[in-house]
Amino acid sequence: MRFQSLLFTELPSEGISEVDGQEPSMPECFGDLNLDQIVADITRMYRQYDLQPFFYWPLRSQKNIVYRQEIMQELDWPELFQAVKSFASKMRGVHQRHELMERLKYNKNRQGWFLSAVTMYCEAVEELLRFLASSALRSPGMQAFYEHLRTYVQSHQYASLAAEARRISQRLSAIRYCLTIRDLRVTVQPYDGEPDYSEEIDNVFAKFRKHSTKNYRMNLEINTGMSWVEARVLDLVARFYPEPFEELASFCQAYEDYQDQIILRFCRESQFYLSFLDYIRPVRKLGLQFCYPELVASGELYNSDGFDLALASKLASEKKRVVTNDFHLGEDERVIVVSGPNQGGKTTFARSIGQMHFLASIGCPVPGTEARLLHYDGIFTQFEREEDITNLRGKLQDDLFRIEHMLNQVTGRSVLILNEVFTSTTVKDGLYLSEEVMDKVAAKGPLCIWVTFLHELGIRRNGVVSMVSTVEQDDPSQRTYKILRKDPEGLSYAMSIAEKHRLTYEQLKERINPCRRT
Amino acid sequence: MQAYLMFRDRDFTLDKEQGRLDADAVQDLELNVLFQAMASGDRYLWDAAQCAFLSRPDNLEDINYRQAVLKDCLQYPQVMRELYDLTAETVKERRQYHLGIIGVYPTSILNTSVKLLQMLVGKLKGLKSIADRSGHLFASEGLASFFSMVQRELDHAYLRKVQHHLDALEFRHGVHLSAELAEGNVGSNYVLRRPKNQYGLLRRMLDGKPSFTFYVSPRDKEAGRVLSEIQDRSLNSVANAVAQAADHVINFFERLRPELAFYVGCLNLHDRISGVGHSVCFPEALPSDQWRHCARNLYDVGLALTMQKAVVANDLEADSKNLVLITGANQGGKSTFLRSVGTAQLMMEAGMFVPADAFTANISSGVFTHFRREEDRRMERGKLDEELSRMNHIVDHLRPNSLMLFNESFASTTEREGTEIARQIIPALLERHIKVFFVTHSYELARGFYEEKQDAYLFLRAERGSDRTRTFRILEGQPLRTSYGQDLYQEIFR
Repeated sequence: MRFQSLLFTELPSEGISEVDGQEPSMPECFGDLNLDQIVADITRMYRQYDLQPFFYWPLRSQKNIVYRQEIMQELDWPELFQAVKSFASKMRGVHQRHELMERLKYNKNRQGWFLSAVTMYCEAVEELLRFLASSALRSPGMQAFYEHLRTYVQSHQYASLAAEARRISQRLSAIRYCLTIRDLRVTVQPYDGEPDYSEEIDNVFAKFRKHSTKNYRMNLEINTGMSWVEARVLDLVARFYPEPFEELASFCQAYEDYQDQIILRFCRESQFYLSFLDYIRPVRKLGLQFCYPELVASGELYNSDGFDLALASKLASEKKRVVTNDFHLGEDERVIVVSGPNQGGKTTFARSIGQMHFLASIGCPVPGTEARLLHYDGIFTQFEREEDITNLRGKLQDDLFRIEHMLNQVTGRSVLILNEVFTSTTVKDGLYLSEEVMDKVAAKGPLCIWVTFLHELGIRRNGVVSMVSTVEQDDPSQRTYKILRKDPEGLSYAMSIAEKHRLTYEQLKERINPCRRT
Repeated sequence: MQAYLMFRDRDFTLDKEQGRLDADAVQDLELNVLFQAMASGDRYLWDAAQCAFLSRPDNLEDINYRQAVLKDCLQYPQVMRELYDLTAETVKERRQYHLGIIGVYPTSILNTSVKLLQMLVGKLKGLKSIADRSGHLFASEGLASFFSMVQRELDHAYLRKVQHHLDALEFRHGVHLSAELAEGNVGSNYVLRRPKNQYGLLRRMLDGKPSFTFYVSPRDKEAGRVLSEIQDRSLNSVANAVAQAADHVINFFERLRPELAFYVGCLNLHDRISGVGHSVCFPEALPSDQWRHCARNLYDVGLALTMQKAVVANDLEADSKNLVLITGANQGGKSTFLRSVGTAQLMMEAGMFVPADAFTANISSGVFTHFRREEDRRMERGKLDEELSRMNHIVDHLRPNSLMLFNESFASTTEREGTEIARQIIPALLERHIKVFFVTHSYELARGFYEEKQDAYLFLRAERGSDRTRTFRILEGQPLRTSYGQDLYQEIFR
């Protein structure tokens, strides 16, 4: 296979040109699912690679998703991860050197940086090749890239570029000269074996320095450009040693366009994988797991030990524990109604299912130990929102309008997440509307996660599964954040809180005893 | 160069984080009165005294080492004070030189260090002359080796050589340096060089070896900046060397200062104690597992300093005792006695003289105090809670051979409850080899221990004169059923 892209199996039909050309924007579900935070955090340290479009673009081709999953799995191997990372950071250095050259005024200075850029480029390429050659690569994507890199480095053009750069660098770095500065007079000479005065001073004061640990060496910034004074000094030095400077000048002309375009693309595209793996590392340190889901159009759907990635990432930075949850839907089950105590993790649970579906569709691993997910055609979300005052329809009407609009687009391959809709009306109304919407949902058959305080919703309907947020048995004020598949609990939560405070009917009778014993 | 006047083999540092738990002891034993006397208006002496108390040596060698040095000091106080003044003055003068401030460049670090070192060399000469003059007078290992170290390390020839290089570092003939080309052909690796000889430049020109010279206009500020930056780069290493040397010398004075400060504090305290008509003795310190505790005319030095007069002194015969239970009249001198025991123990362990005519005791692995904090007797739940949590914290730090001083502890609840708690705690401590002094006016508590008839228990009682006045003396005696609270009541309400 000829290597084209690390992200797309087919160029250009569903590939880079499509992505680059259309500039995909952030999908609508991102805000509700907190995927906007996730992607912002993932790409924060990778800004220069402009990775967002890749994260906004779900893949339609199953084959392409597997292509990415295999590459992601391969890059998850720490040594390879490091190798690609250090390659990218060197390539970044190359790029920065070219940017710098644009701003420089003096020829010899600019040429010096060009040589340095080439040297770094060769280092990056050869180091990566050495590493890949010694690794047994498994993913077709990485294998194909390795083939490309190997052929490239063997080419005559590359070999002469690398050799020339090395030779000229050596000659230049062998030059040593002397300056004598007295007030405003500067004298330049070749170095003539004068002894190091710093060493002598070191020795004189050695006796006094035995226990001094403080370092008074200033970290003087390394200069990149130069002033006329330094340029003048350099010109004078070149008069002592003219040859290497002449060679440098012709080298710069001969190799003006030296970088390989496919390697450059690999460099950018590999960052998609690295950035994601970087992002989930602290989460994994908490002991949380990720898996590569199987994507299906129908049948059983499940995920074990899933979690909200945005939340886990935040908790990981605070070193806090994260609760995981499972779900399992049989072939005919497509709706989960989530009820139970507030602040019990219901929304988080719903969100995590939406997130894992999206992440799966861009080829990323998903939270959990194993997963079989829907290869969806669209994700639709309706979360309770701040009322939009410019909207005159009113909140309930607005909710209905949006849901109606969504339901028109939803298919049996869609993911639909409804979170506390119809809260702006009476319970009776809300229940009525909900049952109506539930009918329509059932007719279309999408995977639907419905978070609601209406625990009666969907009871005894075919294909509707009830899941409930739970509390500690001993202390009902403590949430477990576990969402379990069981029948809705109605008011038992309120009862147990009352019990804790010894205010249930029995307790109150017992306590308010007319013939109280002491 | 080492001072080592407090420990034979290491520095004494003012690290107040050490032994923080003793902070309670400072309050309970009213040690601040003692520190104040030692400080005599110098905050630094206060800190040194405090640290000496908080981080006491845990072995007899160091204690005896300090006792010897302190005996020397008491004999030649004026030399010690002169030494301390020179040291303190040096540390203070040093503050006029600002080294290592962010944004300062090597050239100015070098200039400042050279000036600072010039000043310090002057002080070292002063130190040397004290050593030449008086060093031979001192017999203690600590001071004798200190003065011989000064004479050995600071020979005149070396100080002259340093002076010579300090002058050379003013670079009256310009800075000569070598350089190489780094990335981008930018000059780098600037190294300061010593010109081969003064006529090097001329010789080269005669040899026909080229050299090029150009001038920068004085109006070209940017170029001037570049030149000084290049010099900075070449002077980085030299500036570091000289600044570190200055640091080292300053560091020597800074390390010397707390050591001298402790002894000067002892001299101050000695003067104050003599002033109120008391005397002191050097205690006999014994290994921590040889349990002895006896004293003749032991007094509370804090009380004497506060009252500005001689106070009641007591004898103590508590050899091989593990529990000393003190009962008796309110305001009969029990707390004062307990404080005198704690203070003397700490002073002994710090290597000082103690407020007594004779004092022998084993050193402890820690002195802990658990004093009732207020003299009120409200039966408040929160109060007992606070007491027990304090005790809980102390227990975290108790080790065998610790000395534990209780003053009216666990009395913030009913007598029965308090007794029960104490009867839980005390036997456990005794079994864990902790020496306990317990002041209580709970007859219930004292009686329980008294009836055990253990040889290792000692019972003391605040003496009551025949005319029912309190003498503030503490004598051996079994606990008595009544407290003397009614005395106090009558005295106040008569």
